[in-house]
Amino acid sequence: MSALLELRNIETYYGPIMAIRGISMEVPEGKIVTLLGANGAGKTTVLKTISGAMDPLRGTITYRGEEIQTRDPDWVARKGIAHVPEGREVFPFLSVEDNLRMGAFTRKDGEIGKDLTLVYGYFPILEELAKTQAEYLSGGQQQMLAIGRALMLRPQLMLLDEPSLGLAPKLVHEIAEIIVRLNKEQSVTMLLVEQNAKMALDIGDLGYVMEMGRIVMEDSCERLRNATDIQEFYLGMKDEGVRGRRRWKQRKTWR
Amino acid sequence: MLAADNIAVSFGGIKAVKDVSFNVERGEVFSIIGPNGAGKTTIFNLISRIYDVDHGSVTFDDKDITNVPTHAIAELGIARTFQNTELFERETVLKNLLIGCHIHRKTNLLKDLLFLPSVRVQELEFRRAVEEVIDLLDLQSYRDKVIGNLPYGVRKMVEVARALCLKPKLLLLDEPSSGLNPEETEDLSFWLEDIKEDLGITVIMVEHDMNLVSRASDRVMALTDGALITIGTPAEVQNHPEVLRAFLGD
Amino acid sequence: MRFVRKTHYNQDIQLFKHNGQRFWYGLLAVFVLSAPLWLDRFYLGELSLVFIYAIAGIGLMLLVGYTGLVSLGHAAFLAIGAYTHAYLLGSGWPFPAAIIGAASLTAFVGIIVAIPALRMTGIYLAIATLAFAVIVEQVLTHWQSVTGGYRGMLVPDAELFGLDLTTPVIFYFLCLLMLTISLLVALNLLRSSSGRAMVAVRDSEVSAQSMGIHIASTKRMAFAISAGFTGLAGALFAHKIGYLSPDAFTLLTSIQLLLMVVVGGLGSLHGVIFGAIFIGLLPQGIALLRDVVPPAIAQIPGIEPGIFGLILVLFLIYEPLGMYGRWQKIRLFFEEFPLYRKATYKRQKSYLRTERLR
Repeated sequence: MSALLELRNIETYYGPIMAIRGISMEVPEGKIVTLLGANGAGKTTVLKTISGAMDPLRGTITYRGEEIQTRDPDWVARKGIAHVPEGREVFPFLSVEDNLRMGAFTRKDGEIGKDLTLVYGYFPILEELAKTQAEYLSGGQQQMLAIGRALMLRPQLMLLDEPSLGLAPKLVHEIAEIIVRLNKEQSVTMLLVEQNAKMALDIGDLGYVMEMGRIVMEDSCERLRNATDIQEFYLGMKDEGVRGRRRWKQRKTWR
Repeated sequence: MLAADNIAVSFGGIKAVKDVSFNVERGEVFSIIGPNGAGKTTIFNLISRIYDVDHGSVTFDDKDITNVPTHAIAELGIARTFQNTELFERETVLKNLLIGCHIHRKTNLLKDLLFLPSVRVQELEFRRAVEEVIDLLDLQSYRDKVIGNLPYGVRKMVEVARALCLKPKLLLLDEPSSGLNPEETEDLSFWLEDIKEDLGITVIMVEHDMNLVSRASDRVMALTDGALITIGTPAEVQNHPEVLRAFLGD
Repeated sequence: MRFVRKTHYNQDIQLFKHNGQRFWYGLLAVFVLSAPLWLDRFYLGELSLVFIYAIAGIGLMLLVGYTGLVSLGHAAFLAIGAYTHAYLLGSGWPFPAAIIGAASLTAFVGIIVAIPALRMTGIYLAIATLAFAVIVEQVLTHWQSVTGGYRGMLVPDAELFGLDLTTPVIFYFLCLLMLTISLLVALNLLRSSSGRAMVAVRDSEVSAQSMGIHIASTKRMAFAISAGFTGLAGALFAHKIGYLSPDAFTLLTSIQLLLMVVVGGLGSLHGVIFGAIFIGLLPQGIALLRDVVPPAIAQIPGIEPGIFGLILVLFLIYEPLGMYGRWQKIRLFFEEFPLYRKATYKRQKSYLRTERLR
């Protein structure tokens, strides 16, 4: 068994709504796995279920051979899974440095200072802003802070929820580069949820596509990039003829 | 229609917007682009009077709106959405949109308390207006859903819908496509066309997706570090060397 | 499950959504209208008290549950309503004029309290309203020419259209009528734009403003309406207790009112009624319990507020949606039987965001 994380038949509910309808997936060690899907497909819920922020009703999640479903988020974090939530969720009233130190909250070793230097190495801007309150950071800086904070946990697995949300193209590029570098240099396995399918498929190794709470496609990112469905629906590539027809509100029926 | 003349604001010594001037013509889609932290949202907050300008002035329909109270902006015909959505979380989509109709109310508190026939007539009118917007933006299936349970992309669209319920003359959209996938973004560009042409609403939008910007907008303004780089057609701005360097990267 | 086929927007505005509701509320009406025929005088009085609490609760719910403003000082509004009513009756005003005067004056005081309270939310507002309640308590004890100070003040007997209001049955129907009117008015408010403005202010001030809602005047309005309802309840309360003294309107009273709103279920008028029944009948329950448990426990001082506090804490932990929330779950269980899934109301873990302390 080479999978670092394995989901088997996970079902998660939001009150009466079944958000995840029995999905199974694998995240192999050392890879970047991306999870694509339309709004409301349940991608965020998958990440929340893994990190313990939500409990699945059925199914198992295995991490390094140990079942972690229905554990509390702090327990999961101690095991080395860092969740970078959608919308960044930095601590607005703490300084940048305190935010980063909060990331290392569960650690008892004496190398926190060293890791702080490491994070500042990846994100020099954060060092400049170390004493600034996090709420005054711009969106891109907050995203870097959120990733940096997760890095302070020395995670083996990082769950990234839409890191490109609301970022300018140049920054999206930078963030993508850093994700790849972290994966290579710090050997952090990544599970990446993205609306920006192009970016995700460019940097990912394996890809899963979700629709209505189910996995409908899984393949290497390279093959997904070339699949016509993916090109049309997630990469926005289609010829003008198709576009013209769509203009007249011809609704997708498969949704 | 809207003119900003040398507007500037600073927070704690940092100049967020530095003497920016621009005009928005009636009936156009005007996009603002720039790197994160360039002051795009701040400009929205200056127009919609959430912040006070340090100096400079904003005129809308030949009326100086630099000092009007925040709640009066909506009555003048300016509606907006927010970057990270500011919806009424614990209420349904329908109720959110009905709140959007608030400025068109003709009843007063006393009439409301007694629910006089005129109140009922007005409620039905509001509902009809809301349903038109729901039809336009295809939100039928979310009508009775509570906002707190909706995915991010749908919330974004509900916010646009709520702004449309104000029946504004000018619509400010803050990153409408963030959180939408390419297909939903394409729907958005069609809706922008409808909003502009069928409803005759002028649109200013802050946007990162250059695809959407170049497809939907008539003119583009590029900002960096609170200062204006250039204003022009999408093609002009996209090829401006400064824009390439600061915003698009390489 | 019931599915209502909607063919007109009016159906969403109506108070009763379908015939099932009409039937059950009709049954409830028969029940409360016939109560004097089969209910003991003592319990009839207790039921009147429940109605009075419910009226005050509606006021507090509009403020706390719908506008998002906390008040720990509602006993003061209750007191102002009660004293004003008694004073006006004593000055020879007829009953209807006195009760309207009492409610209006309390609403006016509400507007005044709202002025400094406008810039505060959360814990600061709670402290400010608490301070207001202390001030009112001091005024009641020291303004002896009007309130009688510690000695208190006798509430004059009143009559309405020749009916003697000291008769328990007449008083019962008066309270019932007032509660019905209050409920109707509150429902009207909530289904019209004034009520929606309150909800908007509760959920997001910044976007309420950009919808053209005047924050300050909406909050003032909410305070005025809330105080008005509570003042009305105060006036009825004066008749119920018959003799007014400052120690009938203490911090404990304020907490009881707040408890009623929270235990019933924040954000619903049904919750107010559940809460009022609970608060109105709990002292009776405790009294009955006192007879059963050993005197050593029954005589512990402060046992009643202690139990109130304990219940509040238990509700906040296990059923934040209050009694009404619990009731909805039970009802769904029967409606969907045998298909009810536990997952429907399985509570997902929830995490608080940083609250902005302004």
